[in-house]
Amino acid sequence: MARVVVDVMPKPEILDPQGQAVANALPRLGFDGITAVRQGKHFELEVADDVDDATLAKIAETFLANPVIEDWTVRRVEA
Amino acid sequence: MRVGVITFPGTLDDVDAQRAVKYADGEAVPLWHGDHDLKGVDAVIVPGGFSYGDYLRCGAIARFAPVMQEVIEAANKGMPVLGICNGFQILAEAHLLPGALTRNHKLHFVCRDQWLKVENNSTAWTTRYDLNAEILVPLKSGEGGYQADEDTLKELEDNNRIVFRYVGENPNGSRNNIAGITNARGNVVGLMPHPEHAIDALTGPTDDGLGMFLSLLDTVVKA
Repeated sequence: MARVVVDVMPKPEILDPQGQAVANALPRLGFDGITAVRQGKHFELEVADDVDDATLAKIAETFLANPVIEDWTVRRVEA
Repeated sequence: MRVGVITFPGTLDDVDAQRAVKYADGEAVPLWHGDHDLKGVDAVIVPGGFSYGDYLRCGAIARFAPVMQEVIEAANKGMPVLGICNGFQILAEAHLLPGALTRNHKLHFVCRDQWLKVENNSTAWTTRYDLNAEILVPLKSGEGGYQADEDTLKELEDNNRIVFRYVGENPNGSRNNIAGITNARGNVVGLMPHPEHAIDALTGPTDDGLGMFLSLLDTVVKA
């Protein structure tokens, strides 16, 4: 078994109102110096050893992310 | 006219969609998300709600439901398909319509009666409207912001594929004030507002939405 991390982020040109709301809240909470926040999704998959990279890419591209509005990355990490 | 109305886990507006079909003298046929079966219907409505709890993304899981595989195949052969609200999100996720619906730009869930302008009255679902008519129907959504890249927006604008546009202040940050679009063939339409809630002045703000279901009747009778 391996652990695979898929990160999904809104494309740079897509408005991210949730990230903006977080960014706007930080100064109110006394945290200065944060100029921008973008909010995405982080998936951790426990994956059998025989699942290849092409399959993982397909899972990210067709299901975990919507490529119309989101970019994604897949990486294998130490479990 | 037999019109299928799909129910997913979390669908809310299937009953109102069935009622709208009946108001247009059609027979509403309940379709279940888990069945590979359209029951021989003439058209399909994918209604509003929160299919699968909006988990992952709105419509992302419903798109893979068994009944949707049948809807995609039938739509590509020309069957009229209407997606309302969550149904629009599902049709976009299924690539029957381009673009995506995203979180409203001001983050608030918007629930109000909304004026729309009819900009294409040649689709399977809009022939009963006058071009540029303004209609008042409920809008109730948290993720109704229509997003698409510049090439897609140009394709929609240049080919008259924007069916409804918001009148007045943009309620959710949709690009080009887009409230509803159609596919190239004109048989598939998706919109965020709810025509099925505006079919009788007793229970809705107007009966302006009924025209969509009467338009379908004309389309099916002609076919």
